[in-house]
Amino acid sequence: MKLELRGITKRFGALVANDHIDLVVEPGEIHCLLGENGAGKSTLMNVLYGLYRAEEGEILLDDVPQHFTGPGDAMAAGIGMVHQHFMLIPVFTVAENVMLGHEKTNFGGRLNLTAARQQVREISSRFGFDIDPDALIEDLPVGVQQRVEIIKALSRDAQVLVFDEPTAVLTPQETDELMVIMRQLKAAGTSIVFITHKLREVREVADRITVIRLGKVVGEASPSATNTELASLMVGRPVELTVHKDPKIAGEAALVISHLSVIDHRGQLVVNDVSFEVKAGEILAIAGVQGNGQTELTEAIMGLQPRVTGSIVLDGIELRRESTRKVLDSGVGFVPEDRGEDGLIAGFTIAENLMLDRADGAPFVKAGALQLGSLAEFAEHKIVEFDIRAQGIGTHAGKLSGGNQQKVVLARELSRDLRLFVAAQPTRGLDVGSIEFVHSRIVATRDAGTPVIVVSTELDEVVALADRIAVMYRGEIVGIVPGTTPRDVLGLMMAGELPDSAEAAA
Amino acid sequence: MTTVTGNQGVSSSAPIALASAMVRNWKTPIALGFFAILALVLFGIFGRPGTSTFRLSTDTDFVQIPMIPVDARPASLITSVVLVLIAAWATRLVQRARRVPLWIIAVFAVLFLFTFLVWASAGLRAIPVAGLLVGAVSLSVPLIFGALGGVISERVGVVNVAIEGQLLAGAFVSALVASATRVPLLGLLAAMVAGMLVSFVLAAFSIKYFVDQVIVGVVLNVLVTGLTSFLYSTLLSPNQTTLNSPQRFQRINIPVLSDIPIIGPTLFRQTIIVYIMYVAVLVVWYCLFNTKWGLRLRSSGENPQAADTVGINVNRTRFWNVSLAGAIAGFGGAYFTLGSVGGFSKEMTAGAGFIALAAVIFGRWDPIRATLAALLFGFATNLQSVLSTIGSPVPSEFMLMLPYVITIFAVAGLVGSVRGPAASGKPYVKG
Repeated sequence: MKLELRGITKRFGALVANDHIDLVVEPGEIHCLLGENGAGKSTLMNVLYGLYRAEEGEILLDDVPQHFTGPGDAMAAGIGMVHQHFMLIPVFTVAENVMLGHEKTNFGGRLNLTAARQQVREISSRFGFDIDPDALIEDLPVGVQQRVEIIKALSRDAQVLVFDEPTAVLTPQETDELMVIMRQLKAAGTSIVFITHKLREVREVADRITVIRLGKVVGEASPSATNTELASLMVGRPVELTVHKDPKIAGEAALVISHLSVIDHRGQLVVNDVSFEVKAGEILAIAGVQGNGQTELTEAIMGLQPRVTGSIVLDGIELRRESTRKVLDSGVGFVPEDRGEDGLIAGFTIAENLMLDRADGAPFVKAGALQLGSLAEFAEHKIVEFDIRAQGIGTHAGKLSGGNQQKVVLARELSRDLRLFVAAQPTRGLDVGSIEFVHSRIVATRDAGTPVIVVSTELDEVVALADRIAVMYRGEIVGIVPGTTPRDVLGLMMAGELPDSAEAAA
Repeated sequence: MTTVTGNQGVSSSAPIALASAMVRNWKTPIALGFFAILALVLFGIFGRPGTSTFRLSTDTDFVQIPMIPVDARPASLITSVVLVLIAAWATRLVQRARRVPLWIIAVFAVLFLFTFLVWASAGLRAIPVAGLLVGAVSLSVPLIFGALGGVISERVGVVNVAIEGQLLAGAFVSALVASATRVPLLGLLAAMVAGMLVSFVLAAFSIKYFVDQVIVGVVLNVLVTGLTSFLYSTLLSPNQTTLNSPQRFQRINIPVLSDIPIIGPTLFRQTIIVYIMYVAVLVVWYCLFNTKWGLRLRSSGENPQAADTVGINVNRTRFWNVSLAGAIAGFGGAYFTLGSVGGFSKEMTAGAGFIALAAVIFGRWDPIRATLAALLFGFATNLQSVLSTIGSPVPSEFMLMLPYVITIFAVAGLVGSVRGPAASGKPYVKG
């Protein structure tokens, strides 16, 4: 089926998210939509899927104009979508999720689960998936959940399939497998729109590439274009893809973690007997697919997890049983992975957010009263130093872009005397400019002789920053390898295998 | 890799099965130990002398079971020692990092209750066991309807704090309509409409205007209380005979079944409202988990965005099911006036809606479990009135607390271990 978008314009108040976007997807083609976070790719696809109503423009399928009032219409017309955040009900089974919205029923209105199971099995076998129709979604790993999303779309005979940032949650191996699935779908005549900001994937699988920047189509590119060409087209200026980093001058082991285990509220061992050390002046990157215990590990260091065994020693002082306040006071800086939830208070101003962890005394509080003068001075200074783009220090943090929010968090955490810096997913959802800035500050912190832990699920980031890499899988550290370890080895480690070569190198 | 075979496809996709570490939970043994020692000291060692009698049959039963006399002190002593042993066993299970199974707790509760009854009635009149249960069911009826309404409403994603208001509105309107028309069935219908109207307000404010659902619910309760009290004083009181003397439904004895000892009088000598209740519980339970309606309803309460992306109109689903929940709760309200009392009086629901809400949580958002929870709360309420009739030594003020104390313990015991519908209480804002 041929899909054509003509002059789609979508506004949110004063913001123009899509500005007269034209796009043609030929039958049986993989069309990549490349653009930064916030460029308007997902908005465009939500317009196509009937979730948003466009102010201007039209959608044509096989040259017939369509008028979607909701996702139901879009699906009936043959459009399917694999969402970035899976649209599945965690407490339902695979079969129930697949049948939801177009249920077949038996006598007495009883759900025909047999037919749904059959459909799941039939589509699964077509693509070589191995999926139990009666498994609960919440028990399945994300890679399999994504396949359920694909099955869901195909069960409604989707002719055009949209993948919205599908690789964000996958291991490198799962990503490769997804590429194979996409090619299979293409061979079967399905048109595919592939939304991403990852250059390597685009070049591997795309037939055609459309680049979007700030809501506008800025050009088409062929899959043979180089990474640098694609990146500068996407960002709008020449981009430095590598991080400048001098060889490390590592000192003594500053943070020593031994036999650390964390049990979560469900009684599961989410971090299982983990031991490692970080030297002063080095970056240890903790790589791994989301949900393999990295979050809980950083929270355990910060004193945010209630059930922790083992020991966390920083500069000779045991931190395991200490409160978060004590951990901060002993010089630990922390960038949490969810900055909107844990890093900032959206309703507070930039200045207030900058003093959040220093509300106990000087210089911002004297005799229980805020010292607004010195706070303002401090905040003005940090806005310049960290290049925070805002109207002023009184701007609410919630009004800032993701990149500027992250700069506020960094400014707060890096303006104390640090003995250890922990950054969890420091660049998630940021634009390329902010990523460059955040990376340079992390490297500067390391060069100042501070031990740094960077937790990241992005292999690009891990490879760019790390002096050493620890890969976590199912709560355990698979291995700790040098920062120069090739990607395919890291990919295998992220799936739980430790190749002999890597073991020797460590 | 150019093709994916079945094996390669799953290589990296086996479920993440983390090693499980048992967290020792001492809540159960501590609670059991406390109650066991309480029983041992209060009922066993310092027990009251005399004989306790349990009367199992009613006078009209086909088969008469003789009364069972129990010598109070030795009996209390024996059972409270057994209670201590159960508590010790539970402690041992937790020490070995095992869970205390539910049936142990159930056996403990029944034994504790028995010990308490033996102690409380020693040397007094016989305890009418059948009467105790009949009264329990009777008091549970509005709770069960309220809980059904609560389950449906919360499952679809709207917290229903307004059950109290729905019950009260149902009670008032059914009394008025049944008295004015002299047709009790019309009263039942009117009660459903009244509950539904209360729900319309809840639904409109919480779904359409995203007002906090708990606040709307609380305000609605106050509104309905005020409105019915006002109308009662100005309208019903002066015209008691024409507007507030509805004909009550007659008890219908189901042939054969109603002659079974204990069970017969408890379950099968009831009014039409109770029989409808049996059907309602089963129908709601079946439909919630086995039909298209139930699947869509639950999806709206778990992940409304996912429901939206497969073409389900989430807010419409929520609106109509919250209305349905109100109709069911309103129907339960009619039991106050048409089933038991035979007339409306001010604030006659007396917090039943909140107990129903507790039953929803205690019953883990499941219609059958919520019904059982409501029965438990009804039993506790009735125990209090039966004991004060036979003249037990426990101060009646203390006994009045009983249903609420049980509610607090029951709900507190579940904190952290149950999970409600994920999106319950959160308005769905599109886009």
